[in-house]
Amino acid sequence: MTDNSMDMTAKPRNQWWDVWDQFKTHKGAVFGLGFLIFITLFCLIGPSLWNVDPGKLDIRNKDVRPIYMAIFDSGAKVSWARPMGTDNLGRDIMANIMQGGRISLAVGWTAMVLALLIGTTIGVLAGYFKRLDGILMRFTDLVLALPLLPLLLVMMLLFRDPLRATFGPEQGIFILIVTGIGITSWMQTARIVRGDVMAIKEREFVLAARSIGTPARRMITRHLLPNVLSPIMVSATLGLATAIITESALSFLGLGFPSDFPTWGKILFDSVDRMTAFPERVIWPGLAISLTVLAVNYIGDGLRDALDPSIRGL
Amino acid sequence: MLTFTLRRLLLSIPTLLFIAFVIFMLLELAPGDPMAQMPLTIPPEVKEKMRLALGLGEPWWVRFPLWLKQFFIVEPQYWFDSAFGTNFADGAQRIISFQSRSPVFDTIAQRLPQTLWVVGMSYIVGVLIALPIGIISAYKQYSVFDQTGTFVSMIGFSVPPFFSGVLLIVIFSVQLKWLPSIYDTTHVVNSWDTFMFQLKQMIMPVMVLALQTTAQVSRYMRASMLDNLGQDYVRTARAKGMTESVVVMKHVLRNSMIPVVTVIALGIPSIFGGAIITEQIFKVNGLGQLLIIALQGNDIPMVMTITFLLAVLIVMMNLIADILYGVLDPRIRYD
Repeated sequence: MTDNSMDMTAKPRNQWWDVWDQFKTHKGAVFGLGFLIFITLFCLIGPSLWNVDPGKLDIRNKDVRPIYMAIFDSGAKVSWARPMGTDNLGRDIMANIMQGGRISLAVGWTAMVLALLIGTTIGVLAGYFKRLDGILMRFTDLVLALPLLPLLLVMMLLFRDPLRATFGPEQGIFILIVTGIGITSWMQTARIVRGDVMAIKEREFVLAARSIGTPARRMITRHLLPNVLSPIMVSATLGLATAIITESALSFLGLGFPSDFPTWGKILFDSVDRMTAFPERVIWPGLAISLTVLAVNYIGDGLRDALDPSIRGL
Repeated sequence: MLTFTLRRLLLSIPTLLFIAFVIFMLLELAPGDPMAQMPLTIPPEVKEKMRLALGLGEPWWVRFPLWLKQFFIVEPQYWFDSAFGTNFADGAQRIISFQSRSPVFDTIAQRLPQTLWVVGMSYIVGVLIALPIGIISAYKQYSVFDQTGTFVSMIGFSVPPFFSGVLLIVIFSVQLKWLPSIYDTTHVVNSWDTFMFQLKQMIMPVMVLALQTTAQVSRYMRASMLDNLGQDYVRTARAKGMTESVVVMKHVLRNSMIPVVTVIALGIPSIFGGAIITEQIFKVNGLGQLLIIALQGNDIPMVMTITFLLAVLIVMMNLIADILYGVLDPRIRYD
C-alpha cells in the first residue's frame, strides 16, 4: 500500500526527459549538438559581427595566409584583418565560409525534411496496407533503380536556366538542388520504415490492439510510428548528412550554385587547383563540411540509443 | 521462392524499359546541343545535314525504339560475333558516340576494367573491415573500442571523398612523396616492381572509396547487432548455458546479418556513383570520368548507355537483395 501512495504523489514525468537524460550520457552526441549549434550560430550571426562582404574583391590583399602561419614562417603574408586569409582574388575566406555555410546548411535541412516526409509516408503506407505495398514498393524500386548521381547531374544541366529565369539565380538553384536531393534520397527511409513496420505488424501487441478494434489511422499514429521513430530519426540524421555532402559533391563537379554564391563545396572546388601552395583553402571548407556532418552523425547515434527503451538505462 | 524470383525477373523488364524511357526523355528535354561546339563558320544547311547524320532528324518515338533495338539486340549480337566468330550482326548500326564517332560499347569496354578494379577492390576491402568493427562495437557498447570504432567510421562517413582524396594527395603525394597522385591506367604488371607500383597507385583511390563503405556497413552492422542483442531469444540462449561465442556469433550475428546483407547488396551501385568523384580526383580514366566528359560534351548516346547500364546493375542488385532477404529470414515469405 505504501508503494502505491508513493506512486500517486510522484510527479508524472515526460518521456522526452528520459530520452534527454540518456542522450546526455553520450559524450559524442553532446559534443555534436554543441558543434552543430556553434556552426549554425557562426553562419547565422557571424556575418553581422564580421562585417566583410564575402564577394568583395581586394586584389592588393590577395593570397593572404591564415594568421597562424606567422608562427611557422615569419615572412608569411598575414594580417589580423584577415584571420583565415584571402583567396587569389582577395576575397575574405572567413566571410565566405560563413556565407557558404548558410547556403549549405539551408540546403541540407530543407532537403532532409522533404526526403523524410516522402520516405516515411511511403514506408508506413506500404508496410501497413498490403494492397498499397506492391505498387508503392514497385515505385520505390523504380526510383531506387535510377542512377541518382548521373541523373542529378543531368537535372542540374537541364532545369538550371528555366528555374533561374523564374525565381532568380540564387532562389532558382536552391529550389532545384533541394528538390533534386529530396526526391532522390527518400527511398532508403521508405525501405527501412516499411521493413520495420512489416516486422512490428506481426508482433503480439499489434494483434492485441487490432483485436480491440483500433482503426488503421490510430494504429499507425499510436502503435507503429512511435516504434519506428528510432530508425526514422537515424535516417533523418543520415539524410541531413547526405544532403550536405551531395550538395557539396554537385558543387565540386562544377554543377551546383553559380560561382558568385559560395557554398562550402564550391569554395573547396575553386581551391583544388592551388592546393599545393595554399592547402588551408582546401582544408577550411573541407573541415567545415566534415565536422558538420560528423556532428550530425554523432547526434544521430546518440538519438538512436536514447530513443530505444530497451537500451535506455543500460 | 523460385516463382518469386521468376516473377521479379519478369517484372524487372518493364522496370528497365520504364527507366530507359525516363532517362531518354530527360536527355531529350536537355537544352544542350551536340552541335554547339562546331565552328560558327559552318553554313546552316551543312549543320542541318550533320544533325541528320548524327541521327537527330527523327522524332523521339522513332529514336527510342531504335536505341532499344541497338542496345538489346544489335550490341549483344556484336558481342556474340566477336566471342565466337559468327556473323549474326551482319553490319547492323551500333550505338555510336557523338564525340568519338566510335561504338559506345567499345569505349565502355576499354574503361570498365579500371573502374572495376578500383571499385571492386575497395568494396571488398571496405566490407571486410566493416563487419568485425560493427560486431565488436555492438557487443561492447560504449567501450573504448566502440567509441574509437564509431569515431573512425563516423569520420569515414562524414569526410566526403572529394575532401579525403584531396587531403590524402596533399599528405602522401605532395608532402611525403610516397604515392603517385595520378592513377596510371597504361601501367602493365609484369614483374615484382611493376606490381608494387600498381599496389602503390591503387592504395589511395581504394582507401578513399573503402572508407565510405566501411563507415556505412559498420554502422548498419552495429545498429542491427544492438537491435538483436536486446531481444528475448538472446537471454534465453544465455539462460540455456550457451557460451558467449555461440550466442553472439551464431544466434545474434546470423539474425543481424539479414538487414546488413541487404545493405551490402544495395550499396554496390552507389559505390559506382562515389567512383565518379574519386575518378575525377585521381584522374582514373574509368567509367565515371567518361560519363562526366560525355555530359559536358552533350554526348547523348554515351550518357544514355552508361546511365542505363548503371540502372541495370541497380535493378539486379535490388533483386538479389530481396531474394537474399527471403532466403535468410524465414519470417518473411513472399509466396
